[in-house]
Amino acid sequence: MTGEIKHEWPLFEVFVRAKRGLNHVHVGSLRAADHEMALHHARDLYTRRNEGVSIWVVRSEDVVASGPDDKDAFFAPSGDKAYRHPTYYSIPDSVPHI
Amino acid sequence: MSDVAGEKVFAEIIEKDQRIEPRDWMPDGYRKTMIRQIAQHAHSEIIGMQPEGAWITRAPSLRRKAILLAKVQDEAGHGLYLYSAAETLGADRGDLTRRLIEGRQKYSSIFNYPTLSFADVGVIGWLVDGAAICNQVPLCRSSYGPYARAMIRICKEESFHQRQGYELLMTMMRGTTVQREMVQDAVNRWWWPSLMMFGPPDADSPNTAQSMAWKIKRHTNDELRQRFVDMTVPQAEALGVTLPDPDLRWNADREHYDFGAIDWSELKRVISGDGPMNAERIARRRQADEEGAWVREAAAAHAAKRTEVRA
Amino acid sequence: MSFDDAYHSLTDHDDDARWAYGTGFADPLAGVPTALPEGVDRADLAAYCLMLGDDALVMSHRLQQWITRAPEIEDELAVANIGLDLLGQARLLLTRAGEAEGAGRGEDELAYLRDPGDFRNVWLAERADADFGQLVARLLVFSTWRLALLDRLATSGDPVLAAIAAKGVKEVSYHREYAAGWVVRLGDGTDLSHARMQAAIDAVWPLTGELFAPHPTELRLAEQGVAVDPSELRDEFDGVLTEVLRVATLGRPTVPAGPAPGRGRDGVHGDELTEILDEMQGLARATPGGAW
Repeated sequence: MTGEIKHEWPLFEVFVRAKRGLNHVHVGSLRAADHEMALHHARDLYTRRNEGVSIWVVRSEDVVASGPDDKDAFFAPSGDKAYRHPTYYSIPDSVPHI
Repeated sequence: MSDVAGEKVFAEIIEKDQRIEPRDWMPDGYRKTMIRQIAQHAHSEIIGMQPEGAWITRAPSLRRKAILLAKVQDEAGHGLYLYSAAETLGADRGDLTRRLIEGRQKYSSIFNYPTLSFADVGVIGWLVDGAAICNQVPLCRSSYGPYARAMIRICKEESFHQRQGYELLMTMMRGTTVQREMVQDAVNRWWWPSLMMFGPPDADSPNTAQSMAWKIKRHTNDELRQRFVDMTVPQAEALGVTLPDPDLRWNADREHYDFGAIDWSELKRVISGDGPMNAERIARRRQADEEGAWVREAAAAHAAKRTEVRA
Repeated sequence: MSFDDAYHSLTDHDDDARWAYGTGFADPLAGVPTALPEGVDRADLAAYCLMLGDDALVMSHRLQQWITRAPEIEDELAVANIGLDLLGQARLLLTRAGEAEGAGRGEDELAYLRDPGDFRNVWLAERADADFGQLVARLLVFSTWRLALLDRLATSGDPVLAAIAAKGVKEVSYHREYAAGWVVRLGDGTDLSHARMQAAIDAVWPLTGELFAPHPTELRLAEQGVAVDPSELRDEFDGVLTEVLRVATLGRPTVPAGPAPGRGRDGVHGDELTEILDEMQGLARATPGGAW
């Protein structure tokens, strides 16, 4: 019978920038004892096929997230601001390059 | 959010074919089913490293050695993608590993068969990974977001797994008589276990209806099995091997292949832990876990020391 | 019955950039002229490529033996990566050895059909690891030495060796970093890990002497700017090891590092290489004329 594991490694979230010009994208998580190890592991786990030019790792417990219950308070107020979207503005087809 | 309101939102998301995400309200049964399914899948990837891993050091060409090493490495990676998805549901990887090595959680029984020759490496790629892909592609649209995303990544990577296996078999079939016999022998041993990978017949699969309703599963076991048979028969013909089933023949009315009855008593025996390699597979995983404990503890201790120094 | 077609449903997600899938795999020898450099003895060049190739091949074999044994699954991936990198280096080097030899032997003939006495690897590469501490100690020593070597070999007069070395530098830098990280964690971890890591360093130390003892073949080729004289690597090696051991709170072994007990460059090996080759070559030799 295995006893309680006292020294479990913490969880890290991994973000990979696939190529220059793109955002880092969340790709998953992994376990590591420290940040350096997490970066190494992220490289081995999430970029085995040349997938990235840059990696971020963040301790999962350090991520502060909005909850699904906050959905309306957080995201509904922008739902009526159609003027933020380019299609809101009608411009004649004859005007080029816009 | 109250359970009643949560239930309503959950049902709407499922109904609209959208994805459930980690912090959403979900029924306990959904969470438990999801954790069990993802964990079993993750365990299967990790245990599945062993049958093929045994041939890495013995691979008969350096090219095959590199391919096999990369493939087994992918399986470790797939296990981690899946454990990562399970952890988004509140499961803990250390706990899941303990359940595996204490025999409290299952993995795919296919990995309890031995790999007797190098042709098994090819047949595992072709049939076992082929069956896995049939099972997994629909899971790319599973209702649980992190699982679906892990499956997309896994399916993309596994397309190379099946192709390398088939390519190895084609090469061996062009080789010596001994090699052709190795391939046929491996096909004979792995065909029926591959069909069993889709699980019990629909009539005996009590969880299927709920899993389909929750869109965890998208097709029944029998549908997927038929799909696999239909895909595989022409591939076997192209390869020049005989699938070991005298009842296998095209049914023009159904527009599917008919195939013989599966020996489900064998599957039950293997699932219940009586497979040829069951004890050895678990023992190996347990040994790696136990022999690595001092290493993991040291890394945690070192990280703690450095945090103290910084603070 | 309606069905998800495998490839169709995968191509639903054609925004690969978002998913960070791999692209752009390159042949490390693309565009590199393969003619042998003028004035270089073919047998010498072949022997030298075998030395470096066998080091990588045998070390990779030991790493392969760790698959499904590593302390954590993340480390399975790391160890497999390092094993794959070294296997890739071995294949390029053995292929080059075959070209230089000019007798029609390719990577597989050289890997699978030579006897232990024809292998030219250092003893460090063939040593078995009793625990993970021994693996990372050996890997630290091996990759620190090999990185120093490949770094200098990247300007070799043989363009193929230079290209192989340039690719290898990037790979082995990572191997060294991985090994050093673990030596530090285990050295400065728990009392138990400290003791085991120190024992591992002590055990590997007697094998380091061989790494810097030049073979006549190496000296002849170094003279022509094709090979590296390994005695020149000692200072860099000592500097790196001293620093890693200091951070790891480990003592530098008092065991004398030389003269070298190993004479792997001359084909003299222990039983461990025989065991490795039995495992590696068994199937290939048992299936004459086999196509894989």
